[in-house]
Amino acid sequence: MAKRIDVSGLAAYYGNTPALRDVNMSIEARSVTALIGPSGCGKSTFLRTLNRMHEVVPGARVEGKVMLDGENLYSPGIDPVFVRRAIGMVFQRPNPFPTMSIYDNVAAGLRLNGLAKKRSQLDDVVERSLRSANLWDEVKGRLRRPGAGLSGGQQQRLCIARAIAVEPQVLLMDEPCSALDPISTLAVEDLIAELKTRYTIVIVTHNMQQAARVSDVTGFFNVESHGEPGKLVEMGDTSKIFTKPDEKATEDYVTGRFG
Amino acid sequence: MSRARPDTKTTSPLRSGSSTGAGDRVFRGLSRGAGIALLGIMAAIAAFLLIRGLSAIQGDSANFLTEQRWAPKDDPPTFGIAAIAFGTVLSSLIAMALAVPVAVGVALFISHYAPRRIAIPLGYVIDLLAAVPSVVYGLWGIRFLVPRLEPLHQWLGAHLGFIPLFEKSAAGSRTMLTAGVVLAIMILPIIAAVSREVFLQVPRDHEEAALALGATRWEMIRAAVLPFGRPGVISAAMLGLGRALGETVAVAMVLSPRNVISLHILNPEGNTIAANIANSFGEADDFARDALIASGLVLFVITLIVNASARLIVARRREFAGAAI
Repeated sequence: MAKRIDVSGLAAYYGNTPALRDVNMSIEARSVTALIGPSGCGKSTFLRTLNRMHEVVPGARVEGKVMLDGENLYSPGIDPVFVRRAIGMVFQRPNPFPTMSIYDNVAAGLRLNGLAKKRSQLDDVVERSLRSANLWDEVKGRLRRPGAGLSGGQQQRLCIARAIAVEPQVLLMDEPCSALDPISTLAVEDLIAELKTRYTIVIVTHNMQQAARVSDVTGFFNVESHGEPGKLVEMGDTSKIFTKPDEKATEDYVTGRFG
Repeated sequence: MSRARPDTKTTSPLRSGSSTGAGDRVFRGLSRGAGIALLGIMAAIAAFLLIRGLSAIQGDSANFLTEQRWAPKDDPPTFGIAAIAFGTVLSSLIAMALAVPVAVGVALFISHYAPRRIAIPLGYVIDLLAAVPSVVYGLWGIRFLVPRLEPLHQWLGAHLGFIPLFEKSAAGSRTMLTAGVVLAIMILPIIAAVSREVFLQVPRDHEEAALALGATRWEMIRAAVLPFGRPGVISAAMLGLGRALGETVAVAMVLSPRNVISLHILNPEGNTIAANIANSFGEADDFARDALIASGLVLFVITLIVNASARLIVARRREFAGAAI
């Protein structure tokens, strides 16, 4: 199921303000790619161009190509709704549907996509997704309780369960641990390591230790000055980026000299 | 108040001195005074309705709750609220059935579909509609709507007449249906305006959660916007219902009243409490006025029940409502 992504000549705008320019990147299937960089460098914007969530913001637009196993997501005939069904996303703040139960949150994607057939099948998918998200044991006795009643870390794992219930080809994570305590963060990081055997994962993070722990490949985004568009400075194996990067700016950032 | 008085002999810096918090005390006094005044006014209205109304009910020769006729000047006086209370609820239900879906649709269009340059003027127009006095709606109803709804009455009676609700056995379109349509138009703006505000409050997080799962716009609205907005829409509908139940002039002008309990909304029959008061008050003697006040008491109680049940509905799923309330 997992697919590779090839980005070429990508630029993103909010209205007339460029947020990103000329990004070229290849993301291997079944790998974890971390995107790091200072605030405002465009890494979250970049992530949102990968499942066409960028254009949800009024006035936002994208130029360039994003190829998912050879198919351009920005071709005229492509429906963004179907792109988002194939490419799941986990957000910075846990956002389970507050009016839905834990069960319904996990089943939401299946119901939207018309994949929910029989009740027993749905039960299976919900259990499997919650097990994959390492949440099953904590919630199996209260699947009908509201998802908003869980702790922050549990809510985030619920959101991961909701995203993987539809078996996406790619999973995008936008700073998934920035609102979590260290123990929940560890739980989510363990989960990422398990999930990468089945999914292509792209994670944006402010936490460089996290990038070093979970990712195979790291991309460093930077912005030269405020108001300029961000760009991809360097991308390579995580061990290389964190030990002997090619660019001076990357080295300064990963050693904590700025950002 | 059970708050312990600070001991005047100790001079701990942690105790509030007389020099601090003057603004707090003034504000607390004002807000508490407003709260007490509101309760006092409500109690005074209820007491007035009860005392005057009960004396009239004691002079009623029929059962006040089950009698359909309203003839307090007959000898012996014969009047009851059965027909007009039924008509009040029926006309309001028609208005709700017509207004709520349209209002929610309008609110969703403004909040989630229309481009900004259309949404903003449309919002103003809706707010403007809410400010039109009811007598204007009444005039418009009788001069414009009544003749134009005549063909609709004929058509419904001819094609759906087999359903008791749409049985048409008397000519004319000054009916419960027409009254319901006028009421629906009157309450639509308030429901739409409140619903729009609620829909605009839906957190971006929830909407993006749905979109990122591959929801279309309508699916996103169903998964994120409507559940979040549900308590607010119910409150909005209840505001509208309250206005519809109490609406006097517009119904009195449009409806051709006949005090019977009738589900035939295409026949010119039925009456409402408020319209009955407006129509009868001018020629009523003291006793008949007290009888009308008794009917006002019933309207008061109906409105209380409606509001209480709305609160129950909103509270029932509170734990699922997240930040919605």
